Amino acid sequence: MNVLTFIHAFFSDGSHWHGYDGIPTRLTEHLHYSLQALAIAAVIGLPIGLITGHYGRGGNAIALVATGSRALPTFGLLVLMVMWLGFGLGPVMIPLVVLAVPPILVTTYEAVRSVDPSPVDAARGMGMPESRILLQVELPGALPLILGGLRSAAIQIVSTATIAAYVGLGGIGRYIIDGLYQRNYEKVVGGATLVAVLALVTLGVFWAVARVAVSPGVRRSG
Amino acid sequence: MNDFLHIPSDLQNTYSGLIVLHLREALIPVLAGLVVSLPLAQLCVRFRWLYPPVLWSTTVLYAIPSLAFFVVLIDYTGMSETTVMIPLSVYSLVVLVPAIVDAVRSVPQETLDAATAMGFGPVRRYLQVQLPIAVPTIIAGLRVATASSISLVSVGMLIGNQGALGNLLHDANIYNRPVYAVNSVVTTAVLAILVDAALVLTRVLLTPWMPRGTGRAGRKTSGDRADAAVPALEESAR
Repeated sequence: MNVLTFIHAFFSDGSHWHGYDGIPTRLTEHLHYSLQALAIAAVIGLPIGLITGHYGRGGNAIALVATGSRALPTFGLLVLMVMWLGFGLGPVMIPLVVLAVPPILVTTYEAVRSVDPSPVDAARGMGMPESRILLQVELPGALPLILGGLRSAAIQIVSTATIAAYVGLGGIGRYIIDGLYQRNYEKVVGGATLVAVLALVTLGVFWAVARVAVSPGVRRSG
Repeated sequence: MNDFLHIPSDLQNTYSGLIVLHLREALIPVLAGLVVSLPLAQLCVRFRWLYPPVLWSTTVLYAIPSLAFFVVLIDYTGMSETTVMIPLSVYSLVVLVPAIVDAVRSVPQETLDAATAMGFGPVRRYLQVQLPIAVPTIIAGLRVATASSISLVSVGMLIGNQGALGNLLHDANIYNRPVYAVNSVVTTAVLAILVDAALVLTRVLLTPWMPRGTGRAGRKTSGDRADAAVPALEESAR
């Protein structure tokens, strides 16, 4: 039960709630890193996944890219990038993006391919151009799965963005790394709790987005 | 090349020693995860109400950053390999449980009826019908779990050099020799790819009834399908 004691001690300590090392500051930093990494990964993964999925080609190449980037060790990549590029946000973004691209890319590709072919054929028969078929027929149909891929990437990023603290940046990882070196378990456990809560909030946000964005017809059949 | 393979003496290990250590720290947890998730998944299939809470708890545990998990465990298991392996086994559940549940559920009812008609009891039906049919999906789950496990072992470096190949990262920092970091990253990545290939081979050997080798030509080979099933499974878990 001492974990619960630590959690209570961490959150009831008033000094943890303000200042440059306060929870609001660290939380904002963490959100900033996570959202930026997710945005970059989505900009890379979504278009490639949509287009390859639409034409149904390149599945092997995508599987290869996914296997390759899953194989790259996130933490090792971070250390290496910092040694090569110096300190800063860039070297932190690279491993986070490498981590997040495979789930987004593979899920998007699979999602577009698994869309019911009959509405797609109907759209084509009505003379829709390919770009509109992709964006107005396949994308809405594939949206639940695509959001799932983004969600899985987001959770991994939120949990992994803690490593930014190892190279001198902020974020919730600060509590975990500092706590480790100061032998202050209260801080470590508090930081871990914050990350877990943030991950749950992320789940909730994606659930809400899916409620709003996914068309009712698709939701019913899915 | 010699320089590349040089291991600083403070690690008190050889290159191959680190590789073996790394594989052990990464693969034992996945195996443990598989041993736990097979019965757990079976319970979830049997009692449907159990599945959502199991999914939620594995997701919450998965969201705990590995380093924090390690540090909390130091109190109980010390700065040891076990401390690294426990979180990794817990993480593997988030992929393996839904993979096995979906795989076992996806066995067609006619197949199950046929097995029952042939006089198979529930245990034999599970072992000889459901499980073999589920093999491709289970292996697809194992591929994701081992890849992340092999990558995460390196973080163990932060708790008293328990990160096998990850320990090279620490030395790269303190001796300012990036080549150690390159060695660590490249070796870890190659290990992950080799283990992945071994798992694919295992699937081919275990499922001789599946079409194989059509590769590029056949757009929907069953192998592709099995791999592709993973993100959907990951997705359902989180």
